[in-house]
Amino acid sequence: MGIDVHHITKRFGDFVALDDVSLSIPTGQLTALLGPSGGGKSTLLRIIAGLEEPDSGTVTIEGVDATALPPQRRNVGFVFQHYAAFKHLSVYRNVAFGLEIRKRPKDEIRTRVMELLELVHLEQFADRYPAQLSGGQRQRMALARALAVEPSVMLLDEPFGALDAQVRRELRDWLRRLHDEVHVTTVFVTHDQEEALEVSDEIVVINQGAVEQTGTPSALYDQPANEFVMRFLGPVTHLGGHLVRPHDIDISLTPEPATHAATVSRIQRVGFEVRVEARTADTTDADEVSIQLTRGLADRLDLAVGQQLWLRASHDASALDLTDTPALAVS
Amino acid sequence: MRLIVILYLSFLLVIPVSLIFWRTFSHGVAPVWHALQDPAMTSAFRVTGIVTGISVVIDTVFGVTISLLLVRYRFFGRRFLDAILDLPLAISPVVVGLALILVYGKYGWFGGFLERHGFQVIFALPGMVLATVFTSLPLVAREVMPVLEEIGVEQEQAARTLGAGPTQTFRRVTLPAIRWALAYGVVLSMARCLGEYGAVSVVSGRLVNKTQTLPLIVDQSFQNYDVTTAYTASFVLAAIAIASLVVISLLRPKERA
Amino acid sequence: MTRSSAATVAPGRRHRTRWIRPAPGVGRLGRGGALGLGLATLWLSLLVLIPLAAVVLKSFSHGAGNFWSAVTAPDALAALRLTVETSLLVSLVDVVMGTLVAWVLVRDEFVGKRILEVVIDLPFALPTIVAGLVLLALYGPQSPLHVNLAQSRAAVFLALLFVTLPFVVRTVEPVLIELDHDMEEAAASLGASRFVVFRRIVLPNLAPAIAAGTALSFARAISEYGATVLLSGNIPLKTQVASVQIAGQIESDNTAGAAAVATVLLVTALLVMIALTLLQRWARRRG
Repeated sequence: MGIDVHHITKRFGDFVALDDVSLSIPTGQLTALLGPSGGGKSTLLRIIAGLEEPDSGTVTIEGVDATALPPQRRNVGFVFQHYAAFKHLSVYRNVAFGLEIRKRPKDEIRTRVMELLELVHLEQFADRYPAQLSGGQRQRMALARALAVEPSVMLLDEPFGALDAQVRRELRDWLRRLHDEVHVTTVFVTHDQEEALEVSDEIVVINQGAVEQTGTPSALYDQPANEFVMRFLGPVTHLGGHLVRPHDIDISLTPEPATHAATVSRIQRVGFEVRVEARTADTTDADEVSIQLTRGLADRLDLAVGQQLWLRASHDASALDLTDTPALAVS
Repeated sequence: MRLIVILYLSFLLVIPVSLIFWRTFSHGVAPVWHALQDPAMTSAFRVTGIVTGISVVIDTVFGVTISLLLVRYRFFGRRFLDAILDLPLAISPVVVGLALILVYGKYGWFGGFLERHGFQVIFALPGMVLATVFTSLPLVAREVMPVLEEIGVEQEQAARTLGAGPTQTFRRVTLPAIRWALAYGVVLSMARCLGEYGAVSVVSGRLVNKTQTLPLIVDQSFQNYDVTTAYTASFVLAAIAIASLVVISLLRPKERA
Repeated sequence: MTRSSAATVAPGRRHRTRWIRPAPGVGRLGRGGALGLGLATLWLSLLVLIPLAAVVLKSFSHGAGNFWSAVTAPDALAALRLTVETSLLVSLVDVVMGTLVAWVLVRDEFVGKRILEVVIDLPFALPTIVAGLVLLALYGPQSPLHVNLAQSRAAVFLALLFVTLPFVVRTVEPVLIELDHDMEEAAASLGASRFVVFRRIVLPNLAPAIAAGTALSFARAISEYGATVLLSGNIPLKTQVASVQIAGQIESDNTAGAAAVATVLLVTALLVMIALTLLQRWARRRG
């Protein structure tokens, strides 16, 4: 149930936006479609909404084959990156739009709209026009508008992409809490891995028109299926022919078995963390190794540039063996 | 819907205009050639050329000046000036002619004084230029103003900080930025000036070989059943109009680039 | 043709003492700019303002009674009525056809679209007298369609339709191009059919532009002269429009009578322009 996407292919001219993509999105969850821009995630979302037609394949929403249905008959709520506010209508009329189309009685519309405006904290702006709202307020209005028709699924296309960092973070938390209250099946597209990790129940990584990996945020972070996923979900560095996260490197000041000797070349303190760059004796590593430490640990080690260190990946770290990609190697 | 639009435009625009070309050459090229040689016609060409030339120069200078003033400066009466700039487009050309006669005619406010000093305006070239400029007044400014607004003042300020004076800034920064819009406005106002009929017909007195322009020839020869001359002059005017539009449509994309 | 000069609002009004103030961040206007402003204003006064004032004053030169009798003379009244009625009708057709043409030019793709795109402006560039002759060729006595409208009121309608064609198209087109396509998709996903999307989303957003184009069309239609001269036959009380009636009065040396009808036209045009400015200001505040 939820949303089932079967063997979807979509081309724009010579460009293959989606290449035989199949996907199952469970009911009631908050799922992120994560990937670089141009990877096909927005196209997939628009195909689910019916705003784009696939060249082949089918879309099933809550058990109903929706492939041939026009957008207005799919009962989906769609939220656009640039809000798509109806500029000529007040906030109230924007939210009421879908209900008016469905010819609901006036009293019912009024109750429902006010309820939703309260939910998105816009009740005192009901009579304003979109031009008089901030970006964050407009996007909350757009969410209320999409929720008004009680859609079976909510689709959000980079919903916070046009907002500045502060508002973005606020809205992100708010969306998470809203979803906990409303429980409607929600799919949102983002290219921001932090956003996906923080908000979603499940993440689908899409790149070059194909699904790279599907799983919970921690599963993806800890057990990336391949180098692309590992790199996309967070910072990485090389150590002894493996791809490791910089915070997953143990430092020792004395030589120990299965470690790599290195010399500190740079120390940078950034707020609560300390970043150390070190050059390994291992000539196979072209780049320097990056290590991320807490300030407390760095102070205890009392590191200095030029100092000799021995490094190894932490025993519980996820690391990818670069000599054998894309196989998963947990050391 | 596409079909409705194509039919509508065909019957209102395309077919009638094509028909003119067809009718003009219905008896071959010789009568057209003959009509073009007629002294009244060659005189009309000359008069039209002179009036258009002077008018376009005035339109351009005035258009650029008023655009710079309205966009770059704030002053008392600016909005009023902005509003009356469009007025000429909404006024009947005949009223324009009448207005000019009332002021510059022999018995007009200034006309008597000017004529006593040997300067005749109405029924002479100056009046025709005034009438032509009046009816085409805002065309250059309305093309240039949006572009001036869009480019903003930063480039000009940069030039000033680099040591350019006002004239140098205008010539080396502002003018290149507005050149396509300006060219567009100039072509548009040229097309309009060439074809001005109503206002000129009132103030020119229609003196054959003296103040007769091409549009006046069209009217007069048609009324005198000299259809060939009427069609020939129309053909020339229509060809220039179409050529102007083609030039404009070629200028348009460059403006965006 | 659109009044696209979205006037940048002067920030603050503290520096009232100086008459000429540079826009934010521009170098001072200086003597050159003041001279330019003076010359431009003088030129506008000599060319436009003083002559138009002369028309209004002339129309009242023999008292308000004479003004009234000149305007209500049978031929003047008939001409004014024909002009206004036909212009209203033409504006109405322009609203529908202009919007339709703009829609097709923006949203449709077909061979020859670029030609139509250029041809639309022909009424702006073609001399009005030639426009009259052109229409006469297709709809006159020698019509290949055997439709002879010459010397009828339909001919006046046709002439005005021709000269006002581009106004609504050219004002609606840019707004339609800029129209946020997401809005239409959002409406569709909320359950609106294509017709409902057009009526409730597209049309309200185009309305200010349509109104502006229509106002320009109407202003142009009531003042048209050249295109109607050859086509309408200028039969007093029947096919004579106001401009032609004025021209006739000038020729028979009745300048006061001509000025009276001219004043009526002027005031009408002025009212339309004011209404247009107010409308645009209102629309800008909304969005």
